[in-house]
Amino acid sequence: MRIAIASGKGGTGKTTIAVNLARVFDGSVVLADCDVEEPNAHLFLKTSTPTYKIVGIPVPQVDESLCDGCGLCSKICQFSAIVTFGTAPLVFPEMCHGCGGCALVCPLKAITERERRIGVVETAQADRITLVTGRLDVGVALAPPLIRAVRSEFALMGDAILDAPPGTSCPVIAAVRDTDMVLLVTEPTPFGLNDLALAVDMIRELRLPFGVIVNRMGSGDDRVQYYCQRESIPIFLEIPDDRRIAEAYSRGILMVDALPEYRPLFENLWKIIRQRLK
Amino acid sequence: MKIAITTSGSDVSAPLDSRFGRAPKFLIYDLDTGTFEVVDNRQNLNAAQGAGIQSAQNIARLNVKALVTGHCGPKAFRVLKAAGIKIFNCDATTVQEALDLYRSGKLREASDADVEGHWA
Repeated sequence: MRIAIASGKGGTGKTTIAVNLARVFDGSVVLADCDVEEPNAHLFLKTSTPTYKIVGIPVPQVDESLCDGCGLCSKICQFSAIVTFGTAPLVFPEMCHGCGGCALVCPLKAITERERRIGVVETAQADRITLVTGRLDVGVALAPPLIRAVRSEFALMGDAILDAPPGTSCPVIAAVRDTDMVLLVTEPTPFGLNDLALAVDMIRELRLPFGVIVNRMGSGDDRVQYYCQRESIPIFLEIPDDRRIAEAYSRGILMVDALPEYRPLFENLWKIIRQRLK
Repeated sequence: MKIAITTSGSDVSAPLDSRFGRAPKFLIYDLDTGTFEVVDNRQNLNAAQGAGIQSAQNIARLNVKALVTGHCGPKAFRVLKAAGIKIFNCDATTVQEALDLYRSGKLREASDADVEGHWA
C-alpha cells in the first residue's frame, strides 16, 4: 500500500499528517520524505544514524575530436543543455535533465555520459518507521530524478507513506504517481481552498483515488467543506485548530504522542484508507 | 551587418529592454540598408531557466553579428561567444539611443557576463 500526502498550498500540514499517520501504523512502514528541497520529517523522529546514497543524473560530455558539428544533439535537447553552431557543442550540465537523447542521436558517438551529483538519499530507522529522505543539493533545480531515487530506495519494501512537496508541478507528480491513494491536506482559508482546487484538478488528471484532510479547523470559514460537498470529494479527517498541537510541533514532538486524545483520529484515518482501498 | 537590440516595443523609438534572455522582442537592425525587423522572443519570458541560451540561439539563427542590451548572464554569454556575436552592454533608454551609441563607437565590447545567472 502506497499512500501519498500532498497539498496545493504549502504549510497546510502534510508532514504533520505523514509522521503521525506513520506513528500509529500497526506494523513496519516506510515514511518517504519526497519534499526534497526542504525535507523535514526527520525533525519529528528519533532516528538511527542514517546511511547515505549519492544520487546523480547522466549529463553529456563531448569528445570534440570526434564531433563534426552536425547539431543533432542540440536539436533533440528540449532544455538547451547542449548547443551547437556548426562547431563542437557547448554543454550546460545544470540545464540537463539526464534523458540521454543527445548521446543516442549522435551519429559519430562523440557523446558519452558522466554522472552529475544532484543530491542524496538518506535512510534511517525510528522504531517501526523506516525514514527515507531525499535531500537535493543547494542550487540544484531538478527534484523529480531525486524523488524517483527516493522511491526506488523502498520499491521492494511493504507499506509506505509518501510526504510530497507542495504545489502541482513536476516534483509533486513524481511523488504521487502510481500511489494507491492521495490525501490532500488543506486549511479552511481562501488560500487553502484555491490551492486545493488546483491539486484536485491535478489528482483527477492522474486518475488516483483521493480524499481531503482539513487541518486547523475553525481558523477560517467553511468554504472548503462546501467545495468538497459540491465536488463529491470525501473529507477523511478534520483536525481542530488547537494551540497545543502547534506547541508540540514547535518542539518536534508528534501530535499523537504529546496529545494522545488525537491518536484515534489517525487510527480512524487508517481505517478509512483501508476501507476505500478494498 | 545586422545587430540585435532588446526591446519591449516594435520600432526604434521603443524603450531598450535591459534584459537579454527574457526580453520580449529583438529589434534586428540592418546597418547596411538602414532597415529593421522585430522578432518575438516571448516564448522565453516564462521559461523556468535557459532563457538566455534560447535567446542567444534565436538571434544567432538570424545571422546577427552584434547584440546591444542592458545585461547579459553567463550562459547566454557563452552561447553568444560561440556563435561569434559581439556583446555591448548599454544603459540607453530607447532603441534609437542605443543604436546611435553603437554607431558612434561609444559602446565597448563586453569581455564577460555582467550579471549572475539566475540559477548560478
